[in-house]
Amino acid sequence: MDTIVETLKAKFPYVAPRPSADHPAVNVPATHLREFAQRLRDDFGYSMLLDLCGVDWDQDSPRFGVIYQFYHAAKKTYLRVATLAPDNANPAVPSLAALYPAADWHEREAYDMVGIRFDGHPNLTRILMWEGYPYFPLRKDFPLSGIETELPAADTTAATHAKVIAAPMMGGPFYAATEGLHHMSDAEPRARDQSWTEAQPKPGQKG
Amino acid sequence: MVSNTEFAYNSKVEGEVVVSQADAVINWVRRHSVWPMPMGLACCAIELMAAGGARFDISRFGMEVMRFSPRQSDCMIVAGTVTYKMAEVVRRIYEQMASPKWVVAMGACASTGGMYRSYAVLQGVDRIVPVDVYISGCPPRPEALLDGMMLLQEKIRKEPGASGLFRRRPNEPFVAGAK
Repeated sequence: MDTIVETLKAKFPYVAPRPSADHPAVNVPATHLREFAQRLRDDFGYSMLLDLCGVDWDQDSPRFGVIYQFYHAAKKTYLRVATLAPDNANPAVPSLAALYPAADWHEREAYDMVGIRFDGHPNLTRILMWEGYPYFPLRKDFPLSGIETELPAADTTAATHAKVIAAPMMGGPFYAATEGLHHMSDAEPRARDQSWTEAQPKPGQKG
Repeated sequence: MVSNTEFAYNSKVEGEVVVSQADAVINWVRRHSVWPMPMGLACCAIELMAAGGARFDISRFGMEVMRFSPRQSDCMIVAGTVTYKMAEVVRRIYEQMASPKWVVAMGACASTGGMYRSYAVLQGVDRIVPVDVYISGCPPRPEALLDGMMLLQEKIRKEPGASGLFRRRPNEPFVAGAK
């Protein structure tokens, strides 16, 4: 199954095999990523980029990485390529938008959610959150409920005094039971601690 | 010779005269011609569409005239999840609607943010527009929507005076924990 990994490893000295439970996977340094993707497309027939996603490895260094899923349309095989952004403070990897049009919006999403810059991207702006939103919500240090900040529109703020707030968690996050189910209603997601609500704050905690 | 009575009101032709107050008549008219602005933002909008179909038939209540222009609508039905990015649009369309106007928060998301305890979702549309009727459900069935709209009709019926409808409606900011 991993003959493609062996082939790639023989052809490109910087390619390293990557442990994988399903499809062949390789690690590629960010500096060689664009050249590698170009060869992958032109010489090896991986004509489609199915998906790419930014990853925050939390305590690890390099902290940020991007994982690409390539597809060989003729052989109907997949290849996973992982890369790491060398700079933790200002993570950046080369953009593949010029090679694979599919990368365009996916890279914008990874930039929006994880804050990885894609050098050479034609229009690297936020795609889900609004321009000017100060955080990257899928980073590990971003709280689940969000952080209080201003609404995108100043006129709405002026008229309503509404803000982006940290969402009340009501004892959440919520978990669904997976075993010991006698009835489907037992599978309803519940907070681990239901002793407090918005109206009745957690003991020893304001709000 | 033509008698005087034929130039006056002919009750045999025109029917009985009902004497009422102008306010009551105006509220009666408004109550039975609520033109909704369908602010369909998520799956609640599907139920809203179902309410417009023949099976549930919202036109029984004079509300079938869904107007996508805020200038022509009386009641904004916020059907779905309002994100912070969308909030300004909802607010702006509400401001563009001509008074008197009402707002129905349809479903859990519009009422409270619903299951989206999230950095991206407005935790209840009442933070940006004054809501008249909240409808529970995720999404509410069309019957629940109709029930909510009938509640709104009751509210319109009891509006104190037609002149009062043009007052600037209070829209105090929601402050969590404030009494």
